[in-house]
Amino acid sequence: MAVTTSRQQAPMNRYRVQASLGRFAVHAVLTLVGLTCLIPLILVLSISLSDELRLAKEGYQLLPVGFTTFAYEYILQQPGQILRSYGVTAFVTAVGTVAGLLVCSLLAWPLARKDFRLRGPLSFYVFFTLLFNGGMVPFYILVTRYLGLKDNIFVLILPYMVTAWYVLIIRTSFTQLPTELLDAARIDGAGEWRIFFQIVVPLSKPVLATIGLFFVLRYWNDWFLALLFIDDSSMYPLQYLLYVLMANINFMAANPQTTGMPIPTLSARMAMAVLAFGPALFSFLLLQKYFVRGITIGGLKG
Amino acid sequence: MINEEQLESQAATANSRQPQRPMSNARRILQRIFGNERELKTNLSLLSMSLPGIILLFVFAYLPMLGIVIAFKDYRFNLGILGSEWVGFQNFRFLFGTDAAFRITRNTLLMNLLFISTTTVCALAVAILMNEAYRSRMSKYYQTMLFFPYFISWVIVSYFVFAFLNGQTGLVNQWVDALGLDRIAWYRSPEYWPVILVLANLWNGIGFSSIIYLAGILGISPELFEAAKIDGAGKLQQVRYITLPMLYPMIIILTLLAIGRIFHADFGLFFFLPRDNPLLYSTTDVIDTFVYRSLVELGEISMAAAAGFYQSFVGFLLVVGANWVVRRVNEDYALY
Repeated sequence: MAVTTSRQQAPMNRYRVQASLGRFAVHAVLTLVGLTCLIPLILVLSISLSDELRLAKEGYQLLPVGFTTFAYEYILQQPGQILRSYGVTAFVTAVGTVAGLLVCSLLAWPLARKDFRLRGPLSFYVFFTLLFNGGMVPFYILVTRYLGLKDNIFVLILPYMVTAWYVLIIRTSFTQLPTELLDAARIDGAGEWRIFFQIVVPLSKPVLATIGLFFVLRYWNDWFLALLFIDDSSMYPLQYLLYVLMANINFMAANPQTTGMPIPTLSARMAMAVLAFGPALFSFLLLQKYFVRGITIGGLKG
Repeated sequence: MINEEQLESQAATANSRQPQRPMSNARRILQRIFGNERELKTNLSLLSMSLPGIILLFVFAYLPMLGIVIAFKDYRFNLGILGSEWVGFQNFRFLFGTDAAFRITRNTLLMNLLFISTTTVCALAVAILMNEAYRSRMSKYYQTMLFFPYFISWVIVSYFVFAFLNGQTGLVNQWVDALGLDRIAWYRSPEYWPVILVLANLWNGIGFSSIIYLAGILGISPELFEAAKIDGAGKLQQVRYITLPMLYPMIIILTLLAIGRIFHADFGLFFFLPRDNPLLYSTTDVIDTFVYRSLVELGEISMAAAAGFYQSFVGFLLVVGANWVVRRVNEDYALY
């Protein structure tokens, strides 16, 4: 042992200096790139915590000018529309995620079963939707004219419930379940539904957690369906409300409560954005590793 | 017209006369598809499980596919898709007679090419650096900082961009002031938007793509690097002669799959960031935003339908073509 290390030490020294310099450079570049990614976040946070009058005079800064939480207080004083939109988004996300997970995994299970006779055609049926789609126009006409779902809360949920990509990821994971367990249950006389809920689902918690998180973010971040189908402001989800606020700066000032306070449009707008991405960002930080796993499954194995 | 009651009563009498026959006929057909009694039961259970998914896909994916015929019709809301009159290729003549057709095709293709190339190069560079820092405690934090933008919706990104670019209070114009240059009206200058959109797209997607490439690098056999080290190869040489060549199939395949999607633009990016501003259309209007605007804002449904069909059709050919090429490179990576 001692002999080998001392023999290696001499020529390694120069390399070691180079290597630690190289390592320093790697960390420096990554830190720089990472912080650059954070700048927009910091900017918006700072604006939301800045003094309105100084913002108008001095412009947006990377650090809060005249630190104040007035914008948040202002929003939370008259929370009507925001609270409403939070409620809509929370409902859509909760119902959509649970229902979507259920329907997708119920569809994925037969596709993972070799003894299912319609496995081939059904796989194609699911897969083909990845290759071809009718586009926005027929979809819009179908929903508004034929399904009559305009201004209906379920139009924000139903179209995303079955996503071929998620079904295929879940199926891949299902095919790796140990068959002995399933055979044992079958011999004990358990029906297919019972096997699914009592064996398949509990054994597949990791993949279901990953896909569940994809669903959560998809519903939480969705503005597209509301943009097409929701006109009634009592059904605006959060992201769509933000779009309306951005497109129409006066939306917030539309109901000026005569409190005598100046309306903090500059800072309040950014505070709204913070309130909208805050929960999503927080859940992302908590659950990041599941996403990374999901991406590597989905990205590499298909 | 067939009277349902009559049918039912007929079926009832048939049943009472020969209770076994109709049942066993149906059963025989089912058994031909699904096999013996036990298999039949299993298969029917499995089929019933997949039914909700089948129905949802039929309604929200397959019905719109059929509805695509609207591109060849003069759509009238009161007549519906089936009732509206066929007009052949008139909608397409109308669409391709405008300047918009060329503009949206060019913007969609060029912007997507810029996105693909910048994201691939930057994500590869980041993935190689991340691999070097992989065993460090910091690696987790780098990943978080690079990855979180992927989960921020384009609506919120439009707030970020607005904070940087708006004329009076935006951060960038203050930097411009500090440099003693003239302020730029970003939201009225289409020439800057390709760069702005590329940066926004890069910011959004670099974490996601670099994680995929990092997974690829981690999959390379460590023995290769050991051998290179013994032969005296430095880090840069290892990257050049091992990491990159080993990643080539993956790079090629991911690029090809992206090219298969090149006719589809990211609607949110192109719609929210330029704030649907007509002054910026010359560089920011893409097929998706054009379809949306024609359909919802202008009510020109024929125009929207023709552009939508154009996108779906060419897009389908591109996906199938790209997949054909991918399968020739490496079958494992093909979509089908």
